[in-house]
Amino acid sequence: MDNGDLPHVLAVDDNLIDRKLVERLLKSSSCKVTTAENGLRALEYLGLGGDEQNTMDGTTTSKVNLIITDYCMPEMTGYELLKKIKESQIMKEVPVVIMSSENVPTRINQCLEEGALMFMLKPLKQSDVKKLRCDLMKCRS
Amino acid sequence: MNAVAQLQRQFVDYFNSLYREGVVDDQFAELQKLQDESTPDFVAEVVTLFFEDCEKLINNMAKALDQQVVDYKQVDSHVHQLKGSSSSVGAMRVKNLCIAFRTHCEAQNRDGCVRCLQQVNNEYLFLKNKLQTLFRLQQQILAAGGSIPTIA
Repeated sequence: MDNGDLPHVLAVDDNLIDRKLVERLLKSSSCKVTTAENGLRALEYLGLGGDEQNTMDGTTTSKVNLIITDYCMPEMTGYELLKKIKESQIMKEVPVVIMSSENVPTRINQCLEEGALMFMLKPLKQSDVKKLRCDLMKCRS
Repeated sequence: MNAVAQLQRQFVDYFNSLYREGVVDDQFAELQKLQDESTPDFVAEVVTLFFEDCEKLINNMAKALDQQVVDYKQVDSHVHQLKGSSSSVGAMRVKNLCIAFRTHCEAQNRDGCVRCLQQVNNEYLFLKNKLQTLFRLQQQILAAGGSIPTIA
């Protein structure tokens, strides 16, 4: 059962200040945090980087309990990252949260339809993250 | 009132004045909440990064607007970045200027853009000055053995 480990969150954002902020928010809600500055780096971290999506060696995939990503990123948007995660055998069960500074209903629906756990408006507040943490714990148990 | 209490009072008053004048908004108070004994420099670190980001983006925008043919998409992407950062640290006036700036980018209005850039630069310098004063007060409190008051 749950051995009391802190949830491990992968936070993806191209903006350095936002990365720092989300990292602090998550850490102050008792999460282990790894940050990535773009979708490609995130996929690499998740073990989905290369053409091989098999995990024959198993040892290199990092255990991540939640992925939280910005929507507006150059080259690969948060939506595209979400799709890649949901398409992968090993990562599709991991909940993905999308953040954006822009409240665009079509964008929000698009992400939720693609399987995002939730959509959060930036700037994130402590209360938002505390709630997310609660929802995450419910997911795990 | 002893020295520490006086400094703490000054800090709270100064902080509140920044808030009242609309220089910072609620998000800045949120940042303060994230700072504790284990991360005493969090706000100063984030704000320093923000100022570095401002300088870089303002320079890039100035260069882009100086070109014979202005790439408004480029300028807009810089403004979008700055809007995001300023929103995240609670720099309300900078953020609002960015919103106006984007409409000039969309309209491909060079004069409007240049004017906005000037305003953004002025506001950034103004904010930098104010926050440096705030951080100085913070340091004085800590040096006097006090703790930083939590702003409600």
